[in-house]
Amino acid sequence: MNNNAAVTWNGYLRPDGRKGVRNIVLVIYTVQCASHVAHGIAKDQEDVHVIGFPGCYDNEYAVRLMLALARHPNVGAVLSVGLGCEYTQPEKIAQVVRESGRPAEWFYIQDAGGTRAGIEKGVRLVTQLRQEIRRMAKRAPMTLADLCIGCECGGSDGTSGLAGNPVVGRFFDRLVDAGGQAIFEEIVEMIGLKDIILSRAADDQARLQLDAAYEKAVRYCQSVRQYSVSPGNFAGGLTTIEEKSMGAFAKSGSRGIQGVIKVAQTPPRAGLWLMDSVPDPHFMGFGYTNPNDTEGIMDLISAGCQMVLFVTGRGSVIGSPIAPLIKITGNSQTFKRMTEDIDFDAGAVLDGRMKMDQAAAALEELVVDVARGKLTKPEALGHREYFVMYKHQDTPPLQIGCRA
Amino acid sequence: MPRCFIIDPADNVATMLDDAQASAKLEILGTGGGAVDLSAGENISLGHKVAIADIADGQGVIKYGVSIGLAAGMIRRGQWVHLHNCVSHVDQRSGTLDLHSGAATDTRYE
Repeated sequence: MNNNAAVTWNGYLRPDGRKGVRNIVLVIYTVQCASHVAHGIAKDQEDVHVIGFPGCYDNEYAVRLMLALARHPNVGAVLSVGLGCEYTQPEKIAQVVRESGRPAEWFYIQDAGGTRAGIEKGVRLVTQLRQEIRRMAKRAPMTLADLCIGCECGGSDGTSGLAGNPVVGRFFDRLVDAGGQAIFEEIVEMIGLKDIILSRAADDQARLQLDAAYEKAVRYCQSVRQYSVSPGNFAGGLTTIEEKSMGAFAKSGSRGIQGVIKVAQTPPRAGLWLMDSVPDPHFMGFGYTNPNDTEGIMDLISAGCQMVLFVTGRGSVIGSPIAPLIKITGNSQTFKRMTEDIDFDAGAVLDGRMKMDQAAAALEELVVDVARGKLTKPEALGHREYFVMYKHQDTPPLQIGCRA
Repeated sequence: MPRCFIIDPADNVATMLDDAQASAKLEILGTGGGAVDLSAGENISLGHKVAIADIADGQGVIKYGVSIGLAAGMIRRGQWVHLHNCVSHVDQRSGTLDLHSGAATDTRYE
């Protein structure tokens, strides 16, 4: 049984009922032209994070993603900042956030009077928002059943599938058994494993969803002429996409998969879920599935993950805004070489220093500590990488376009 | 002694946990501890695979208990298994990559 199922700590209860493990102010910029000012506003402020969308022409997918991030359980308040020419509307973002009960402000840099005036205005607004969310912060007890945790892997090597991902998989089993939500993605790294994936479906509906998502991923990979495997993966000893897939899929553990969610959707109930981040067909054919690890991590956070586990065999130095990133390696040499950046060494299971169950229990302890407020290594180093891109997914469909 | 790890009893390859020099005797960890007296047939790096049985041309390379690719030519026990002697069932491009760096050889830079 799960020893930590009864462990409680105090989280942040949002007006919409979601429970977070951090209480941050999120600055959102609505076009690349506003990014300098947005980062200037957040500079040197531990609890002010930044995301934004670079495009001037708007994109339904990116808007859905930003709105999901803006109402994330760890987000207390939002400031959205636009330049003043772009399609994406900072005022609309602030409105939606206010409807969730969170305080929100917005402005255009052109109205504020330029770079310095914009930064000064933004710092003033962020200071007010911070005071407000500290004053209104409701604390509420949380348990593992209140957690939604995502897992991504990147910079994989031959150890990721032997140690890093299997330890996460064993932890995911414990989280699911405790009533929590676990999300994994990277379906393009499940190529060659269709029968194995379908055999994990919790019911017939989940099986149909997994089948459709798998076939879409195969068509996508074939059309871009590239499976999801990189030069570093090959140099690290992975020989085929099938080998990488088996190692990546190990992070899903052993429990039944409840179904498939898309980016910016939250799982409808407890259990293990697959996130489909693959673009749906669109006349422009735009949007890569996983252009980089940061993009996948943002997708997982958009589903409401209060923290994300990142398994890296070769070593990675990224972090994430909004939700703490816990970095795990199955390569003890990488851990020694990059201890400053990596939180957890799962390599101990390979040479018998630790049993798989012990490692999963140790990872769970770390997760609980982070939920209680302990900073992860990327958090402490100030890593807040984000990536919001043009993409198309079919929920909901675009209905209005240019006149013929 | 350099170590290697077998993840599934059905496997015919093991994954190196240390770098091994050619002819180094290997310590075998994981589920296939029964296999004894294995030496590296060539230099094999951490994370890469070593054959723990002879694999005939066209036979499956088995890891995690599943076929992760097919042997392209005879692979002898102790040999390094990688892009030069194992081809994916689905990925045509991987066979054209640089054996050591994994870099693409079909992208033009000028």
